Amino acid sequence: MIELDPAETFRQEAADLLDSLETILLDLGQTPQDRDLIDAAFRALHTIKGSGSMFGFDRVAAFTHDFETAFDLIRKGKIDANRDIVTVSLAAKDYIRTLIDDPDSTDPIIGEAIVEELHRLIDGGTEAVPAGGIEPAPEPAAASAGWRIEIAFEPGILRNGTNPLVLLDDLRALGPCEVEADLGKVPELDALDPESCLISWVVTLQSACSRDEIEDVFMFVRDEMKLVVTPLDEAAPISFPPLDMSLPADEPEPGMTAPNAALAPKAATAPERPAIASEKAEPGRRNEDKGSTVRVQAERLDELMDRVGELVIAQARLSQIAHSGTDLAIKAIAEEIERLASGLRDTTMGVRMVPMGSLFGRFRRLVHDLSRDLGKPVDFVTVGEETEMDKTMIERLADPLVHLIRNAIDHGIESADRRSQTAKSATGRIELAARYVGAQVLVTVQDDGAGLDTARIRAKAEENGLIQPGASLSEHEIHQFLFHPGFSTAKTISALSGRGVGMDVVKRTIEAMRGTIDLTTIPGHGSSVTLRLPLTLAIIDGLLIRVGEGRYIIPLSAVEECIELTAADEARAKGRSFLSVRGELVPFLRLRDLFEAEGEADPHQKVIVTSIGDTRIGLVVDQIIGSHQTVIKSLSKLHSDVTMFSGATILGDGSAALILDVAQLVTLGQVRAESDRTPEAA
Amino acid sequence: MANILTVDDSPSVRQMIKLVLGPAGHNVVEAGDGSEGLAKAKAQAFDLVITDLNMPVMNGMQMIKALRGLPSFMGVPIVFLTTESDDAVKQEAKAAGATGWITKPFKPEQLLAVVAKLVRS
Repeated sequence: MIELDPAETFRQEAADLLDSLETILLDLGQTPQDRDLIDAAFRALHTIKGSGSMFGFDRVAAFTHDFETAFDLIRKGKIDANRDIVTVSLAAKDYIRTLIDDPDSTDPIIGEAIVEELHRLIDGGTEAVPAGGIEPAPEPAAASAGWRIEIAFEPGILRNGTNPLVLLDDLRALGPCEVEADLGKVPELDALDPESCLISWVVTLQSACSRDEIEDVFMFVRDEMKLVVTPLDEAAPISFPPLDMSLPADEPEPGMTAPNAALAPKAATAPERPAIASEKAEPGRRNEDKGSTVRVQAERLDELMDRVGELVIAQARLSQIAHSGTDLAIKAIAEEIERLASGLRDTTMGVRMVPMGSLFGRFRRLVHDLSRDLGKPVDFVTVGEETEMDKTMIERLADPLVHLIRNAIDHGIESADRRSQTAKSATGRIELAARYVGAQVLVTVQDDGAGLDTARIRAKAEENGLIQPGASLSEHEIHQFLFHPGFSTAKTISALSGRGVGMDVVKRTIEAMRGTIDLTTIPGHGSSVTLRLPLTLAIIDGLLIRVGEGRYIIPLSAVEECIELTAADEARAKGRSFLSVRGELVPFLRLRDLFEAEGEADPHQKVIVTSIGDTRIGLVVDQIIGSHQTVIKSLSKLHSDVTMFSGATILGDGSAALILDVAQLVTLGQVRAESDRTPEAA
Repeated sequence: MANILTVDDSPSVRQMIKLVLGPAGHNVVEAGDGSEGLAKAKAQAFDLVITDLNMPVMNGMQMIKALRGLPSFMGVPIVFLTTESDDAVKQEAKAAGATGWITKPFKPEQLLAVVAKLVRS
């Protein structure tokens, strides 16, 4: 068993709570009267404070206290939630996060300013928020000689787990005791109910302890008993009248001090016991209908995936051996294991899948803040939160989406003034959507802004020398320059975007995830960026090929078609690397040359036409072996500068095969094709 | 050594309880909500139950009532964790059959004191 650090568990839990708190607060900004949201916010703050103080996050607990109190007041209808309170609470949420993640470099001044702002907002509506910390315990009232303690319980206390003998033991721990039991109410054996406690006691305790210490012994049963504590000095000579249980438990007793506020119940007000509303369902808890869940560290899932991957590989070897023999029994077992292994693989992949909603939720805050900072009101709509993707993928998708959403608000959505001139609603709209298409997920970021200015992009591209002035290019081709490193058409550079970094990084990140990015725009009506991503990074369908003696995998999703490289084609190419595929010129790369393969080339070379986006390239190989379910193993850090390969896998016979990085090869092919063309033009 | 069932939807609270009570020689069984707690209580005998009140699926109050309906839980102490300063909540939980409570946030010593108070080996 791995013993987890409880503080680490708290950090994880707090991170989840803060995420859901953010969602709750943002929702609350829209519907400030929603009771379920207010309750949920209170509960989240409450847990953060409570657990924080238990695990030594005292600053977190102290800071959260004021906000918990504020939401308690809102919950009780004493003050109203409004946008300002939501905004300061969001700031508080961020501050709590930094307090948890990096307390040393968090300046308390920020926290103080936030709390001050909160007080400014709510103090108008109510009395001052009480300061944090546990209320001081009341002054103990000590008695010199000791105490006479009369004890009688309600008969039913045994059923609820109270053991009177344990309580008497606790009294004995305070000092020497003389205990007398009164059996007067205990009936004859026939009428005896063993579950009823009808004995009462008088205890003479010789101890200088306080009255509170005695009452603390009975703190859990204080409302279900009669307890009379008298200092021995003034105690009447021991008469033994049976205690009258009909007396109300809160009968004021002379000289009684208030019980310890932190632990003991207040004297109960039995006659006006308030009716309690039944507990509400937990609205702040997402996915509550999913049944019970288990939290597992991501590394363990990765480990499981690795093991399953190895199992699949071992199983493939087994199948290969079984099918090359004649033993039917072995063949049957091999098939059974194949079935089980593939089931296990699918289940394991399923475990790693998490809904996109967890990612989408983060952007609501981003849009909220950007919209405020830029003074552009924006509605943020998310669609398809339930779409599931591999956890690793979702994490890697976060940064690119931040860029895209920033761009959409900063460049896409026009100012409110300009929008009203063009008969658009003053509030812009950004939609973030995810949906399945086959074995891929399509993520789109769409705005209803001005759309791309094709002419300006073209001008900029000409200025940067990326194209010849007057070159004939489609609009779509022109838009691709936006993905060029250092390309920016922003007229003014704002703090948020327009520094020319971003889109090229986004494109590289998406391609590293074996995805593609595409951009469409309708002038005056907005633009949309579409990311097409595989469901998982761990396993792909690949095409197994041979080049020289080496075997390689090409991801099947990038393969368009396979054709033979005929001698006639070779002749037509005249040494240049172009191939005519149904009337279209496609550049090709000879992998033999690229990999410096030894030995004779296969007389029947094949071309595998691959594509990334709209760019196609042919890869010339010696042999196509077949399709192969590929469990991807990443390359070691030593090989981090290898660009042509994205990973490796182990084949059925135990040998290794490298996986080609088609995006990189396409870029390489393009560069070569350009240099092939240029001498021609010169 | 006692068998103790801790029911809480907060993993850090469960872990805290486990880390405090485990070294004190107790066997701690965890459950994430009331219905899971009830299922575990039916499967095994416990000397003490420590439960939260605000939980999804089945809250602590419902679970305490259900536990008290089990013949095997007659007389077994049930402690609830409460953060409410409200006496009403304590009254309701006591009426449902709870034996005592621990006010959150609690320190390890407080938890040990309450357990010592209710469990005698």
